[in-house]
Amino acid sequence: MANAKPRVIVVGGGLAGLAASVRIAEAGVPVDLFSMVPVKRSHSVCAQGGINACNEVARQQGYSEWMHFDETIYGGDFLNHQPPVYQMCYEAPKIIDLLDRMGVPFNRTAEGERDLRMFGGSLYKRTHFAGATTGQQLLYALDEQTRRYEAEGKVKKYEFWEFLWPVLDDQGVCKGIVAQDMRTMQIRSYRADAVIIATGGCGLVYGKSTMSVICTGGAAARCFQAGAWLGNPEMIQVHPTAIPGEDKCRLMSESARGEGGRVWVPRQKNDPRKGIDIPENERWYFLEEKYPKYGNLVPRDIATREIFFICQQGYGVGGGRQVYLDVSHLPEATKKKLHGILEIYEKFVGEDPKKAPMRIFPAVHYSMGGLYTDYEAAPDNKGLVQGAHGNMMTNIKGLYAFGEVNYNYHGANRLGANALLNCIFDGLFCGLGVANYVRDGVATSSADTQASVYDRAVAQEESRMKQLLSGHGTYNPYKIHEQLGNAMTDYATVVRDENGLKGLRGIIAELREQYRKLKLTDTGMWTNQNLSFARALGDMLIYADAVALGALERRESRGAHYRSDYTERDDSKFLKTTIAKWNPSSYSVSLEYADVPTPLIQPRQRTYGKVDKKEPAAAKA
Amino acid sequence: MTATTQETRTILFKIKRQTEPNSAPFWEEYAVPYKENLNIISCLNWIAANPTTTSGVDSTPVAWDCNCLEEVCGACTMVINGRARQSCSALVDTLVKETGADTITLEPMSKFPLVRDLVVNRQRMFKELIRLKAWVPIDGTHALGGGPKESPEAQDTRYALSRCMTCGCCLEACPQFTIDNNFVGAQAISQARYFNMHKTGAVLADERMEELEGPGGITDCGNAQNCVKVCPKEIPLTESIAAIGRQATVHAIKSFFTGKK
Repeated sequence: MANAKPRVIVVGGGLAGLAASVRIAEAGVPVDLFSMVPVKRSHSVCAQGGINACNEVARQQGYSEWMHFDETIYGGDFLNHQPPVYQMCYEAPKIIDLLDRMGVPFNRTAEGERDLRMFGGSLYKRTHFAGATTGQQLLYALDEQTRRYEAEGKVKKYEFWEFLWPVLDDQGVCKGIVAQDMRTMQIRSYRADAVIIATGGCGLVYGKSTMSVICTGGAAARCFQAGAWLGNPEMIQVHPTAIPGEDKCRLMSESARGEGGRVWVPRQKNDPRKGIDIPENERWYFLEEKYPKYGNLVPRDIATREIFFICQQGYGVGGGRQVYLDVSHLPEATKKKLHGILEIYEKFVGEDPKKAPMRIFPAVHYSMGGLYTDYEAAPDNKGLVQGAHGNMMTNIKGLYAFGEVNYNYHGANRLGANALLNCIFDGLFCGLGVANYVRDGVATSSADTQASVYDRAVAQEESRMKQLLSGHGTYNPYKIHEQLGNAMTDYATVVRDENGLKGLRGIIAELREQYRKLKLTDTGMWTNQNLSFARALGDMLIYADAVALGALERRESRGAHYRSDYTERDDSKFLKTTIAKWNPSSYSVSLEYADVPTPLIQPRQRTYGKVDKKEPAAAKA
Repeated sequence: MTATTQETRTILFKIKRQTEPNSAPFWEEYAVPYKENLNIISCLNWIAANPTTTSGVDSTPVAWDCNCLEEVCGACTMVINGRARQSCSALVDTLVKETGADTITLEPMSKFPLVRDLVVNRQRMFKELIRLKAWVPIDGTHALGGGPKESPEAQDTRYALSRCMTCGCCLEACPQFTIDNNFVGAQAISQARYFNMHKTGAVLADERMEELEGPGGITDCGNAQNCVKVCPKEIPLTESIAAIGRQATVHAIKSFFTGKK
């Protein structure tokens, strides 16, 4: 029976949330869009390098959507789900066309065509870009289209509202959300026939990362506690090139290498000279030597490990944890294409990267894992059924996950410039399925759902808030967060092992105890950021344990997950999705495993043509 | 020796606070331990974790907006040492060098309604974007081929305009823009130019010009040129104002002769 008053809630106003809002509003279903920040300030603005799609130039050199698909699966170390990735790669060229129509100022060739750049994990130029602020430009285009629907009354924005809980009816079907006005601190419920979580990654669990302040993973963790599962929470991408900072690590895009930037260290350990004074033949371009085929454009997990290990061997600049990323040799026109990121380096480090090599180190960057979702595969597994209700629905009926918070696409490692694509694809392609679901797939309209269902959820959140505000403990939430971040960074980033992860879980358990004895310095009821942070901290402690347990139990190395005690990939045991479930009674995480079907591409060795080199080759005379 | 100086050196923050929109503002001072490469955000983070003033009063964490921390989202704009800028890219070492003192003053922007402490309500800027129809009116999201071809030069001009993060620095610095008038301001004018430049976006140019020729429009600009000086993204705002001024003249003449006005 058709639902007479369908309504959708989108939580998160980044690329995925905005693309979904636009698609669903276009289909004629009203959208309520919730975001902790004005949507134009969402974390998607931080994406720099570009967006991948097969294009005519690449195609005529032998590239294809299939190769994009294959690269993505190979890049993800075969843990990705193949039908959705297939569909995404085949939709990609159409998505670029659409963004172009929306007015995105993509860089142009002399003839006025869209320009392309190289990116990691591919030997073809297939990355479209707008300077080095592509994410910002794409987000703005979707922000503008959303504003258009807002002006027409088809999208209603709730900015500075924080998602607190998904409302489930007595049948366990999602029927809305509980949210809090971050100004007045009012907590209330909103009805909807479907809820899309598009809240991005969980970088704040690591303290400092390249992510924005709101990327706590809080929304995902709240859905997790409400019964949604997590998929592969242990898969966290550490980006090879970032500027370490006091408040965050700032990304230096892969596009720097895509445009010809080179990573190197001095051949001589502890070389006291400045980078710029070290002659060419005394520089060790270790990625180029070890990976002659891909060079500086090996996938992120590999580049990160190589940088990490080279520093561990003592080759880091000044003997420390940093290597050079050098674009100083590039022509001016190329540097201009990188202006957006070179400006960041200059502003925050105070050195001009156009003249001297940048000093960088890996930093936590992206969550491949996230909310577990399902999909309706095409009969031949080549793609998804268009408009199907089940595309990217979580295990909770009516609750969807789009974009980075969705675990489906990137397996154990995401390729650069596939994230923007994933977000927009989810929003546009899977958004149609949501519109169809709310019209034809719901048994009871949310308009007719009993008020008690909503009252119950609001009461739960009000009581949680009161508990936090009335805490008489001694622990400061900012200090607990710092300890969590340090422990996660020490034991669950580039190199992981059994003892470290067990110890980490111990630390998390201890911090959870401290969290029960919290003391908030601000207990007011007006724009209380202290409360919002403290609540998210509790959720981060839960998410962190899912990451740690997932990493502990995955006794193999795959993609970004590298175990020094199990250094090989083990397909017989672990070509599987980690499914994390929350047990509210024992207040703990448990794991299950599900096979990853490989209907189109069979796993193969993933070496990227590596040549073994432990030391730099002798300096050329 | 250096170590001792490092340990004892602190940066004094004078922060203008206000608990609620209608309460009285007050000043507080915090001494933040100095480290190299601190930005204002990391100092505010330190204060949030240690909210005790220099006079020993236990206070509350200072409220402020922030998100990306790399000067692309525009959220963390505030008035630092008298000038509107992003607190993420405002570095302590640079500020200290500028003034020669270990003291930094933080205030909320004054041209927007105050919410709390350093947080202001900048919704007005987004409303202006609706008023000026700041979008490209595409037919829909279906696959209908690509957009118009564009020369690299045209892309270059549009890209520079498209980096506007709606931060509000230009409006804080503008003598014409006040908290209670209806001037659209440099950011919106520049966005109108941006969309008028796009082949499909130009379909709405006339409607944009109608708005910009009305009350609070382009003629309210007093040409002080403060906007372009404070724009963190070096957007050529005065060029945009001049361009829209010319388009307004053409549009007015066209409207006159076609009898639309």
